[in-house]
Amino acid sequence: MMEFGFSLSPSSAVDLDKVDTSRFDRLVEMEPQARICIGCGSCSATCTAEPYSGMSVRKVLLGLQRGRDAEVDRMLAACMLCGKCTMVCPRGINTRHLILSLCRISGKGKEGKA
Amino acid sequence: MIERIPGAFHPFVLPFVIGMVFVLAWCLAGMLRILFELPREDRRKFFVSLITPRILWKDIKDIFLNCLIHVRLWKRNKVLGYMHSSIAFGWFMLILLGHVEVFLFLPHRVRFLYYPIFFNFFVAEADATIQGEVLMFLMDLFLLLILSGIVIAIIKRFRSRIVGMRRTTRANALDTVGLYALWAIFPLRLLAETFTAHISGGSFLTEPAGQLFHRFISNDMHILPTWWAYSIALGIFMVVLPFTRYMHIPTEMLLIPMRNAGIRIRSARKGFARLEYFSCPGCGVCIDACPMSVRKENLKDCTVYLNRQLRRKNEPRIEEISDKCLLCGKCTAVCQVGVEGPELRMALRGERKYALTPDYGRIETSALSAPLAERKAKVLYYAGCMSQLTPSIRKATAAVLDRAGIDWQPMDPDGRLCCGRPLLTAGRTDAARELMAKNREIILASGCDTLLLTCPICYRVFLEDYDLPGIRVVHHSVFFQELLRDGKLTPKNTPVEPRFVYHDPCELGRGCGIYEPPRETLDALGTLLEAPKNRQESICCGGSLGSLSLSFEKRKDITLGALGNLTAARPDTIVTACPLCLNTFARYADRPVKDLAQVVLENTTD
Repeated sequence: MMEFGFSLSPSSAVDLDKVDTSRFDRLVEMEPQARICIGCGSCSATCTAEPYSGMSVRKVLLGLQRGRDAEVDRMLAACMLCGKCTMVCPRGINTRHLILSLCRISGKGKEGKA
Repeated sequence: MIERIPGAFHPFVLPFVIGMVFVLAWCLAGMLRILFELPREDRRKFFVSLITPRILWKDIKDIFLNCLIHVRLWKRNKVLGYMHSSIAFGWFMLILLGHVEVFLFLPHRVRFLYYPIFFNFFVAEADATIQGEVLMFLMDLFLLLILSGIVIAIIKRFRSRIVGMRRTTRANALDTVGLYALWAIFPLRLLAETFTAHISGGSFLTEPAGQLFHRFISNDMHILPTWWAYSIALGIFMVVLPFTRYMHIPTEMLLIPMRNAGIRIRSARKGFARLEYFSCPGCGVCIDACPMSVRKENLKDCTVYLNRQLRRKNEPRIEEISDKCLLCGKCTAVCQVGVEGPELRMALRGERKYALTPDYGRIETSALSAPLAERKAKVLYYAGCMSQLTPSIRKATAAVLDRAGIDWQPMDPDGRLCCGRPLLTAGRTDAARELMAKNREIILASGCDTLLLTCPICYRVFLEDYDLPGIRVVHHSVFFQELLRDGKLTPKNTPVEPRFVYHDPCELGRGCGIYEPPRETLDALGTLLEAPKNRQESICCGGSLGSLSLSFEKRKDITLGALGNLTAARPDTIVTACPLCLNTFARYADRPVKDLAQVVLENTTD
């Protein structure tokens, strides 16, 4: 098959009425900057972990608001905290701190303590 | 000298004896606690160091030079050096000479703890002997030395700028009690010895002063109250000592031998770390040094306050301070005791509990290393994440390597793995180890003999934390200097020599001790200017990945502060050797900022 550099995603539907956004709300409480992301994709373009997991901060923030928690966790676990996304973010979001905060409240039910 | 007080006891010695016994017991218990908290191998290392003559000699030398003479402080600030060494060394000599006196004249009283301290109260001069005269002269001399130090200390407390400190710490209540007690001890000793000078003898200071006082106070009723006051001041100082910053005095004497034994911070609160934060004298030298101090709101986030909060166990503040720091290491560079602020903070960050742990299992190293192993070049160039983001460095490095005819290949041509240092500094040690193991496999499989780095962050972790047998880890600032030295690169002849100023990146300079090679390179290619604050005192660019919580806007003032320092000598170009510094400076600089690789490329010919 010809390689075009992209692949097809399996079809999926998000029912926004049924999405549990409590994790995103909690994140916004901890990191108000999560709200100022414009989804430009600079972080997606530079992410060191992207080739291995599809990770990018933009997708993480979007995934949280769409209830795609498992995907978010998988992406977060691949982050190497290298800081490239922080360097390129046009909104000046402290993405590393955002990721660390998210790692505290993520996972299966248990919450990290300080 | 004959004994004046039968039984060699008077109740006034009690405050001193109580304080002394208390402080000795406290220090002994503290020492045992720290020894107990150390990991078994560190404990063994410490005991072995105590019976190794070479290390033992170093211990004694370091304790003498640092705790008594304060050599490091002298190098930094002569007035403060004089103040500290006059008090510490003078006091030590008073105690030592007091013991010598007892040994010489009343050897049977030497077992009394208080006797050498209050010697002049207990004895009367029988007939002046030459040894006595010399000893008394020395006692007065050292007392005068201490008093001169105390005068500076009092001036410093109220006008710290006079002694060259812009900012100093605010003392808390107990510190103030300890401070006033310390100030009171020596004038009271002078008074007490002055009033007894006509009985026990004195020298150039106490004898004339005693005669002066006798002109208007002719009875001896005031002798006892002054000795009481002297003893009480000593007692108060020693009782509050464990709860004040003066605890650094006994703690440092244990810190030095442990550091010489090669013990490092393993836990954030226990063992060696505890020793470090109790060794902090709270002088506040790190406040002026900290690059974050350009903003007033950050003044209380430097290492001296971290140590204070650690002693108080103020958890919310400990977390805030440890997350904010840029880990530039300047506080350690200027610290008189050598408290490792960045290492303490990294250990504290490691205490955090995360619900989600990183997992790099999906990364296949064999696929990444196969092309490298096939090509097999001598030099493997790892650009790292930050150099990936600054293609100018990557391209310039590649061009310089080609120009010099080096057999090389890139390790991460399309962006590969992170070196692991950002995870380490964030306290996620296990994740960092996992990533480092993967990088190690790739490097070993590539068959290189040199690993070249253009990023000091990567360089430091490859140097310190990776085990790469037979592979030389080298930063491009060193590598290019060697190429120039060996004639593989030739400097270009330019009519007007470019004027460079070199910025020492934190991780390369303070982190790895590389200061001279980049300067030699720049000196060969143009005119090298120096910033007022350079080498160990270089100011962090503000872009450091070390800080977890400092936001983008709040870093701007730090960058501007560092740029102000760099442009003071009016250079044409600011040169650095770190992609992160380059990125950060380029954002606000009013003149070109270049990496060393770019400068080398532009100013050499084939």
